[in-house]
Amino acid sequence: MITISKVGGIALLLAAATPALAQQGDAERGGTSAVVCVACHQADGMGMNIPGGESWPRLAGMNADYLAKQLHDFKSGDRENMTMMPFANMLSDQQIADVAAYYAEMASWPELPTAYHAADPNKEGEWLAERGDWEDSTFIPACNQCHGPNGQGVGTTFPPLAGQHAGYIKNQLNAWREGTRHNDPNELMVGIAKRLSDEQVELIAEYYAELPESLAAADAQEQQEDAK
Amino acid sequence: MKLRNPHLLTAAALMSALTISPALVAQDAASSDGEERDYQIQLPAPPEGEVTFQPPHERDLPDNQYGDMVRKGRDLFINTQSLRGKHVFNDQNCVNCHLDAGRLAHSAPMWAAFGVYPAYRGKNDKVNTLTDRMQGCFTYSMNGVPPEAGSEEIVALETYLHWLSTGAPINESLPGRSYPTLSEAEQEPDITRGAEVYAAQCAICHEDDGSGQQVGERWVFPPLWGDGAFNWGAGMHRVNTAANFIKANMPLGKPYSLTDQQAWDVAAFVNSHERPQDPRRRTMESLDETVDIYHNHMGFYGDEINGERLGEGDNYGENPTPSE
Ligand code: HEC
Ligand code: HEC
Ligand code: HEC
Ligand code: HEC
Repeated sequence: MITISKVGGIALLLAAATPALAQQGDAERGGTSAVVCVACHQADGMGMNIPGGESWPRLAGMNADYLAKQLHDFKSGDRENMTMMPFANMLSDQQIADVAAYYAEMASWPELPTAYHAADPNKEGEWLAERGDWEDSTFIPACNQCHGPNGQGVGTTFPPLAGQHAGYIKNQLNAWREGTRHNDPNELMVGIAKRLSDEQVELIAEYYAELPESLAAADAQEQQEDAK
Repeated sequence: MKLRNPHLLTAAALMSALTISPALVAQDAASSDGEERDYQIQLPAPPEGEVTFQPPHERDLPDNQYGDMVRKGRDLFINTQSLRGKHVFNDQNCVNCHLDAGRLAHSAPMWAAFGVYPAYRGKNDKVNTLTDRMQGCFTYSMNGVPPEAGSEEIVALETYLHWLSTGAPINESLPGRSYPTLSEAEQEPDITRGAEVYAAQCAICHEDDGSGQQVGERWVFPPLWGDGAFNWGAGMHRVNTAANFIKANMPLGKPYSLTDQQAWDVAAFVNSHERPQDPRRRTMESLDETVDIYHNHMGFYGDEINGERLGEGDNYGENPTPSE
C-alpha cells in the first residue's frame, strides 16, 4: 500500500480562508450612523416595496456579517448601485460594523418551519424554491438548497429571501444578470441568476415575498380545521 | 493510497465491453458467513453518448394508490432522515449523492439504475437485485441498518424508481448512468493541493471541518467526514468515485467548473479523513484483514495520515449493531 503526500499546512490554509470582516460592531453606536438610513430603510428597518421603482430592502434581523459585507461591496464597487453607494461611502470600517450590528439586532428575521414537506408540482414558484429546475441542462438547484428551509437563510453567507420585498429580490436577480452585482462569493449566484427565465424571476420574487404570510395563513387554516 | 485505480479505470471500460463483471477487478469478497454484503461495488463505466432519457414530471403522477406509493418513495428519497434511528444512522439523505431527487444525469440517476437490475455478478456468482443495491446504500452511504426486502420502505423506493424509469429500456446501460469517468489524473492526487481546493471552493458550504451546516433539524449542506458522513464501506469513499461525482456535481450549481486535477485532489483530501468504521470490520479479525479483503481500490482506509491510521478503532458512528 502506497501512501501519497502527507498533510502539512492544512490548518494554516484553512485559517487563511476565513473572512477578514470579523470587526466587532457596537449596535448602540450603529444607531447614530443609521439616522441617515431611515429615509429609505425606514425606522423599523423593514424597508419598502416600491412597485415599478427601486425597492428598499428589509435589513432588520439580517446577519451582521452579511450586512457588513454588502456595505463593503458597495464601497468597493463589487456591487454597483447609485442610490446606496454614497451612503456606504460615508461609513468607516468601524461604522460599517456598528450599523450592521444595529440592524442585525433590531428584530429577528421570521423563523419559518424547517420540517420537510413535499413541494407541490403545480405551483411553479414553490417548485423552483424547493426542487429547482434541472431539466434541459438549465442546472438550477433549488434556491432553498443554499438559502435554507423556506428560504430563511443559512449562516453568515446565505441571506434570507422569505419576507424580503419582491421588487428588491427581482432587482438583485436582474443585477446579476446584467453584471452590476458581481460580489457573490465564488460566483455562486451569478450563473443561477443568468439561467433563470424572466418569468421565473417574477415568480420566485413574488413567492418569497409572500411566503411568511402564506405559511401563516396555511397554518391558521389547519388549526381551524383541527378545532372543528 | 492504493494505486490500482489507473488500471482499474481502463480495465473497467474494457470489461464492460467484454460484458465481464467489473466485480472481478474491484474487490468484492463475501464475508466469512458467505453472505454477500458489498453492494457498493464500483459500477461499470457508463456508455458514451448524449443523454436522451427524461423521467416524467411529478405533475403527471396519477392520483391512485400507485401514485401515492411513488410519492412515499420520493419523500423517503429526499428526506431519508425520516428513517433516522431506525434505518439511517448518519446525517445523509439519498438525494445528497443522487441529485434532483435521483433524476439528474451524471449523478447516478435512478432511472438508469432501475432497468439494469437484477444483475449477475461473477465474484459472488449470484444475481443481485435492485433491493440488494439499495440496501447497500443504506448500509454504507447511510451508515444504517437496511429495511428488509418487501418492507414498505423498500417497496416505496422501488415504486418511485419504477415510475422515474417510465419509458426507459430494460437491461441496457443508458448514457448518463453513474458519474462520468474522469481520465487518469495527470499528477497523482495530492491531499495538500486538495486542501487548498477545499478551503477555496467547498468549505463555504461544507465547513472547514467537513461537518456541514444545518438549520433547525434540517441538514442543508451534508457533512463529508466525521460521524455524520458516509462510512468507510461506502462507494463515495473511493477517491475515483468521489472525483467523478465532484467533477460533475460540485460546487453545487457550478458543475464541471473544477479542472480534472482539482477534482482528483479535493476527492483525495475529503477521503483522507476519519469517518464511521466499515461495518464489515465487525466480522474481520483485524484492520489489516479488512483492508486486504475489501479495500483493494483507490482509497485511504488503513493508511496512516498525519500520524493516525485511518479506520483504526471501533467507532461505528451512531450505528448500534452489536459487534459479532
Ligand atoms: C436613498 C435611499 C437609501 C438610503 C438613504 C440608504 N439606502 Fe441602503 N439601500 C437602498 C437601496 C435602493 C438598496 C438596494 C441596492 C441594490 O439594488 O443593489 C439598498 C441596499 C442596502 C443594503 C444591502 C441589503 C442586502 O440585502 O443585501 C444594505 C446593507 C444597506 N442598504 C444599508 C444601508 C445603510 C446602513 C444605510 C445608511 C448608512 C443605507 N443603506 C441608506 C437605498 C438606500
Ligand atoms: C449555490 C448556492 C445558491 C443557490 C442555489 C441560490 N443562491 Fe441566491 N445567493 C447565494 C449567495 C452566496 C448569495 C449572497 C451573495 C453575496 O454575498 O452578495 C445569494 C444571494 C441572493 C440574493 C440577494 C439577497 C440580498 O439580500 O441581497 C437573492 C435575491 C438570491 N440569492 C436569490 C436566489 C434565488 C431566487 C435562487 C433560486 C433560483 C437562489 N438564490 C439560489 C447562493 C445561492
Ligand atoms: C454518500 C453518497 C450516497 C448516498 C447518501 C446514497 N448513495 Fe446510492 N450510490 C452512491 C454511489 C457512490 C453509488 C455507485 C456509483 C458508482 O459507482 O458510479 C450509488 C449507487 C446507487 C444505486 C445503483 C445505481 C446504478 O446505476 O446501478 C442505487 C439504486 C442507489 N445508489 C440508491 C440509493 C438510495 C435508495 C439511497 C438512500 C437510501 C442512496 N443510494 C444513498 C452514493 C450514495
Ligand atoms: C454552495 C454550497 C456547496 C458547495 C460550495 C459545495 N457543496 Fe458539496 N454539496 C452541497 C449540497 C447541498 C450537497 C447535497 C446535494 C443535494 O442534496 O442535492 C452536497 C453534496 C456533496 C457530496 C456528496 C456526499 C455526501 O456525503 O453527501 C460531496 C462528496 C460533496 N458535496 C463535495 C463537495 C466538494 C469537494 C466541494 C468543493 C469542490 C463542494 N462539495 C462544494 C453543497 C455544496
